[in-house]
Amino acid sequence: MTLTAPPAARPAAGGPDLTRAALSGRRRFTNHLATAAIWVAVLLAVIPLALVTYTVLAKGGGVMSLSFLNEDIPNSYRREGGGMGPAIVGTLLITGMAALMAIPLGVFGAIYLNEYGKQRPLARVIRLMSDVMTGVPSIVMGLFIYISWVLLVGEQTGFAGALALACLMLPVVIRSSEEMLRLVPDELRQASMALGARKWKTTLTVVLPAAISGITSGSLLAVARAAGETAPIIIVTGIVFSPNWNLFDGSNTALPAQIFRNASQPFPAAQDRAWGAALTLIVIVLGFTIIARFISSRFAIKER
Amino acid sequence: MTLTNNPPAAKPTLTQRGSSALGDRVFSWWTLGTGLLVLAILGLILITTVREAWPAFDAMGLRFITERVWDPNPATGDAIFGALSFAYGTAVSSLIALLFAVPVSVGIALFLTELAPRRLRGPAVTVIDLLAAVPSVVFGLWGILVVAPALVPIYQWMHDVFGGIPLLGRLFGPVGSGRNFMTAGLILAIMVTPIITSITREVFSTVPRADKDAALALGATRWEMIRGAVFPHSFGGVVGAVMLGLGRAMGETIAVALVIGGATNITANLFAPGNSMAAVIVQQFGESTGTFTAALIGLGVVLFAMTVLINVLAQVVVRRAEARMKGSVA
Amino acid sequence: MASNDTNLTTRPSVAVHAPGTTVSGADSANASVMQLRDVSVYYGSYEAVRGTTMPIQQNQVTAMIGPSGCGKSTVLRALNRMNDPIPGARVSGDVLFHGQDLYAKDVDPIQVRRRIGMVFQKPNPFPKSIYDNVAYGLRINGIKGRLDDHVEEALTKAALWDEVKDKLRKSALALSGGQQQRLCIARTIAVKPEVILMDEPCSALDPIATAKIEDLIFELTNDYTIVIVTHNMQQAARVSHYTAFFTAEVDEAQERHGRLVEFSQTGKLFTNPADKRTEDYITGRFG
Repeated sequence: MTLTAPPAARPAAGGPDLTRAALSGRRRFTNHLATAAIWVAVLLAVIPLALVTYTVLAKGGGVMSLSFLNEDIPNSYRREGGGMGPAIVGTLLITGMAALMAIPLGVFGAIYLNEYGKQRPLARVIRLMSDVMTGVPSIVMGLFIYISWVLLVGEQTGFAGALALACLMLPVVIRSSEEMLRLVPDELRQASMALGARKWKTTLTVVLPAAISGITSGSLLAVARAAGETAPIIIVTGIVFSPNWNLFDGSNTALPAQIFRNASQPFPAAQDRAWGAALTLIVIVLGFTIIARFISSRFAIKER
Repeated sequence: MTLTNNPPAAKPTLTQRGSSALGDRVFSWWTLGTGLLVLAILGLILITTVREAWPAFDAMGLRFITERVWDPNPATGDAIFGALSFAYGTAVSSLIALLFAVPVSVGIALFLTELAPRRLRGPAVTVIDLLAAVPSVVFGLWGILVVAPALVPIYQWMHDVFGGIPLLGRLFGPVGSGRNFMTAGLILAIMVTPIITSITREVFSTVPRADKDAALALGATRWEMIRGAVFPHSFGGVVGAVMLGLGRAMGETIAVALVIGGATNITANLFAPGNSMAAVIVQQFGESTGTFTAALIGLGVVLFAMTVLINVLAQVVVRRAEARMKGSVA
Repeated sequence: MASNDTNLTTRPSVAVHAPGTTVSGADSANASVMQLRDVSVYYGSYEAVRGTTMPIQQNQVTAMIGPSGCGKSTVLRALNRMNDPIPGARVSGDVLFHGQDLYAKDVDPIQVRRRIGMVFQKPNPFPKSIYDNVAYGLRINGIKGRLDDHVEEALTKAALWDEVKDKLRKSALALSGGQQQRLCIARTIAVKPEVILMDEPCSALDPIATAKIEDLIFELTNDYTIVIVTHNMQQAARVSHYTAFFTAEVDEAQERHGRLVEFSQTGKLFTNPADKRTEDYITGRFG
């Protein structure tokens, strides 16, 4: 290395003040104030989460037992003991059926948006309306299924609940799957096309497998969300006190509905059951969420 | 498999061959059909609910939304179904929710995009994800059994301190059970924070690095950089996020039904019980018949129309903000 | 050196091109406003630039050239602590400004950037009006007095005033690329820094806009010290008094490190380079 102009030290005297003290008090204060406010905002989000988690664990843990998960629901709120067996059965069956309906439909909808519709006007309308549908209140979806299914077949059933949950899940699955399909590099599509594969074959054998982990995790998050929905269950599935394994015949119940019904009772026994049901529900929901996160972090396609 | 065994094609045909071309067409029509399902469901919701609510609309006319009395079983005369009190409750609880949730959400989004050291970013995102994952009925349960009783002394204190002030004092009136507009708003705030945060964060993260660098290179502090470079770029997107949060708050049913108190009430007093449209439906649907059911479904129609309107607007605002951002980057 | 300074600052602006060829005897150390002493820049554990030692002379244009990936922009950003916001970025060695180490513990990066401004590769005006872009730095720095006068002065110095004086309230994004870049220069000089760092300021511009910026760069040496990174050797030869040539080396561990090869007066570096690698590069035998 050649240096034609060698460095020379120069005394600091006479140089500008570069220390923090040179920043005007007002500016420094505003900056600190803003930083502090941001930290407070984060704390304000952490506190309720911590409190809810703690309370549900403490109160729900108190009543948790194998018999709580197993036994029938007492048909009087006042009575002590009993369990949430029927509600757990209902939640798993109803949510599972909803997923069976919504996920395939949603994925195909996403395939339309990303592989066929792209930026066409119709695709843009469907995209916009999917986002809008995500915002439709679940109670309205409950009313819709009540009118168009329960009134039609003449009784409240678990399947009606599954229909309502499926309607709530559908737009979420569509949009999250579309995001995942978009991450699949075009090179893959072109490579498959260049081998002479038809578009539908390319989509099903190349594009979909490439995005499947992301689609799975997005769908599981939608399932987790649906498992906690309450209002439509109350309106369209009715209530039972012993397990009903048949979604198409007779009323059913689910954990969120049981939490709601028991929470507003003045009786300690009912409130305990509500906490126990809340703990059970949170474990189920978090289970789905954690599996989803695991899948998406483990098998994610690298973004760009 | 060996290629040599394949019989050579007599003559290559480059025109579409019937069966697989048909497969392509069937497949594309099928996916289009599933896409159209979204539009079909939205359309059906509108048609079926309006039809089913018609007896109530017919009986009440415009009074359905201007009347504050809701009396399904009057001692004498016809039942009265006026949604105004519930619309008021929906509006007040949602606005309280936004008042608390918006600053907190913007703060968390700034934390995630500008402030957090890398090792805190992951945990902070997890907190927001978990907040979003907790079912609303669990927040409702916590709200009615823990938060509402715990807040009564605080409400009482605020009433004692601010209650005497003219005008402002009317907001801090006498305190009842702790189940009131304020508690409903606070619980709603917790529930809409994740959605506002996640969209706001996305918007902030699209602010070009170059803009932030430009501000910093002029000697801006971090806060001045945020004000000068981040906020102007993301204003539209944040507005959209707030509207989405509003839509979510208005439609939230269960948690509000548990903590708002269940009274047909229009009052400035935030510590008084009230009710919201969504909450009334779920509370009274089980015991309703005839016109009463129609009126509850009518509340659903109003709710549907309002949330769809707000969501469409919000989506358009967010999309436009995103498009403009992309335009200015190029 | 004093005579040189005089020579340069009083030179008529018509003869702005190739000032590097006319400077001589710039070895005087007391005219250096900044000094780099054994400066290395790390991203995490990766050493992006290794041991850089060079002066930045007052009221002169110093160019940094070299193939892409040689670390010239990284060094430039180290001069006003713009690497700070990048997680894991770290600087070792001394970056002296009037003898004061910019990375000393009590130094505030905000004060540093206020005195050592920066113009970026792509024009990046804020999505505000032309006026507000220039006034932004003044406002945050609480510069008192008539804002309008300061804005006009900065825009005039940036040779943009005549083009925009009738549309100060219009969005800056409506300007052409070259105008936007001059606006960014105006925005930078409005806060009256001593040094202006320019990171390939013309790479996104057409030749005419580039020529205007080059003229402007020479004008600015009346008041400012300029450090410019460029991938364009002709540009370095045209506008700079001193040139630093960087290159990328691959070490035993197969890692690339940027490295300063040669620093000298521009005329000397381009006509009589001391290092073989410099010669290869400027004669086009490299990269």
